[in-house]
Amino acid sequence: MYKYDSYDQTIVDTRVEEFREQVERRLSGELSEDQFKPLRLMNGLYLQLHAYMLRVAIPYGTLDARQMRMLAHVARTYDKGYGHFTTRQNIQFNWIELKDTPDILAELATVEMHAIQTSGNCIRNISSDQFAGAAADEVTDPRPWAELLRQWSTFHPEFSYLPRKFKICVIAADEDRAAMRLHDIGIQLTRNEAGDVGAAVYVGGGMGRTPMIAPLIKDFVPIDDLLSYVEACLRVYNRYGRRDNIYKARIKILIHEIGADSYRQQVEDEWAHVKTLGLDPPRAEFERIAGFFAPPAYDSAAPDTIDRSDPDFALWVDQNVKPHKQPGYAIATISLKPVGGIPGDATAAQIDLMADLAERYSFDELRVTHAQNIVLPYVRKADLHALWQALDGAGLATANLDLISDIIACPGLDYCSLANARSIPLAQKIANRFASMERQRDLGELKLKISGCINACGHHHAGHIGILGVDKRGAENYQLLLGGSGAEDASLGNITGPGFDEDGIVDAIERTVETYRAVRTDGERFLDTYRRVGIAPFKEAIYG
Amino acid sequence: MKIATGSDLATGDVVWWDGEGWSRHIEAAVDVGDAGTGLIAREEAALRVNVPYVIDAEPSPDGPRPAHIKDRIRARGPTVGDDLGIKPASAGAGSWVI
Repeated sequence: MYKYDSYDQTIVDTRVEEFREQVERRLSGELSEDQFKPLRLMNGLYLQLHAYMLRVAIPYGTLDARQMRMLAHVARTYDKGYGHFTTRQNIQFNWIELKDTPDILAELATVEMHAIQTSGNCIRNISSDQFAGAAADEVTDPRPWAELLRQWSTFHPEFSYLPRKFKICVIAADEDRAAMRLHDIGIQLTRNEAGDVGAAVYVGGGMGRTPMIAPLIKDFVPIDDLLSYVEACLRVYNRYGRRDNIYKARIKILIHEIGADSYRQQVEDEWAHVKTLGLDPPRAEFERIAGFFAPPAYDSAAPDTIDRSDPDFALWVDQNVKPHKQPGYAIATISLKPVGGIPGDATAAQIDLMADLAERYSFDELRVTHAQNIVLPYVRKADLHALWQALDGAGLATANLDLISDIIACPGLDYCSLANARSIPLAQKIANRFASMERQRDLGELKLKISGCINACGHHHAGHIGILGVDKRGAENYQLLLGGSGAEDASLGNITGPGFDEDGIVDAIERTVETYRAVRTDGERFLDTYRRVGIAPFKEAIYG
Repeated sequence: MKIATGSDLATGDVVWWDGEGWSRHIEAAVDVGDAGTGLIAREEAALRVNVPYVIDAEPSPDGPRPAHIKDRIRARGPTVGDDLGIKPASAGAGSWVI
């Protein structure tokens, strides 16, 4: 894992003290809320329905046990005993008091964490594949590039006041586990025919009220030129992105309006200039960063088999454990989606336990996924059973990864000041309706995603089944979408028709999945069935 | 009726104008009539409340009920997790929110 150098630490410590002074000025009345709001947002502090909410950055979703324990400490000391892991691989604390925030940030800084650029019209937390460095199918480890981009984008003076927020994702496998093409810039590291590493760069994706899948802007950027190319992409956006209309300010709108070819050409022109500025780091600097992401000290004699004699454990392995690049090791996903629970929530005790288990079984490393789960990336197969037992004892062994109850849900109207409808109770009702694990496994991979408003923090556009909560004359109403995907086969869901109330949408989902069961062919996923037969049989079943 | 609400500056807690100050309990909220705009401007300037606004509400024997679901949830706390937010006086106390 990357470790702060003195520059990183100074940046964060200085920002904490600056914000401490700003909070004092706000509490004394020297700053009005209008003056203070942009300052607190730059430090990840929102004012939500019931309290202030602090969003803490987890760069590319990677953290160690020490950092995880600090999150538990914050939850226990300053919040109501839990944290909420988000769809951008961050964590949010929902019950923060303004007066405590400087102390929280100071404590986070002691473990190389902060909340900088988790809000505002700047480059947000760089996201990545939660299996980075461990995945059997990656061409290289994307984390060093994500870290380089993190350093480049932190307090970037030119990109601190963009037309709108900006999200970058870096992956390095053909299987997209990070919704890469639904980012403002999606980067897929790849190799050309000569075996050189480079980047396919997609620009202009996103969800929100105008969802778009990013078009490919350049199929191969030599890896040593990546930073200057991304700089050029941002410069063109910063120059032409609309600032007069918040709903048209994202880069996806710019590219949609001028066309991908025009945007591509302008980036090429700008890149030709940027490349002369010496922006790309020397190879030695990249190698220094990459050194922090060296493979852990694997046990080359670790047995490559798993004792599956415990049937419950075997089910968990089948669902939540994925192949590792290192023989004898596996990648284990801890589901934060117990039936009836709040998707993405973990108590302080659970967070502490996951830290302990990472230390004991995963070379002191954890990952947060955009699907609001936690990954232990380096687990010996021989340790999986002991790990599962420890998780099971804490309610963390739900074997539902990528099944219908592994629901992504935004905080919704229970917490969020932007939301129009509640997401969490709906997720709980759906999970309870489909609580039978046998039924869930029969349905197979089925990604259900719920957003409580058009801003789409719950990624409903990319759900095999998506739900969008809206306000219909003061009452909650839920639209149903089918056929979305955030994976390598990215697609946007289609609205089935008129919306439903809270109970009606659960029934509609029941009819949807039963239609799937009736028309699927052997081994066909829900999404593949939908793509084969179209929306008509589902609409017929839902609306009669 | 119209009632005034906002957040406590230091804590972010939801608060309601009770005629003399800002209460954490909606049951204490009073009808501000047409005086709401001036009231919240004065109170915000005096740092006694943060981001105040005036909403429509219905009177009830148990206190005002905000017209919009968002403010009913603000009054009651999240509908998930009874251990969060302002606890209801009884198990059925939140039944009016949704």
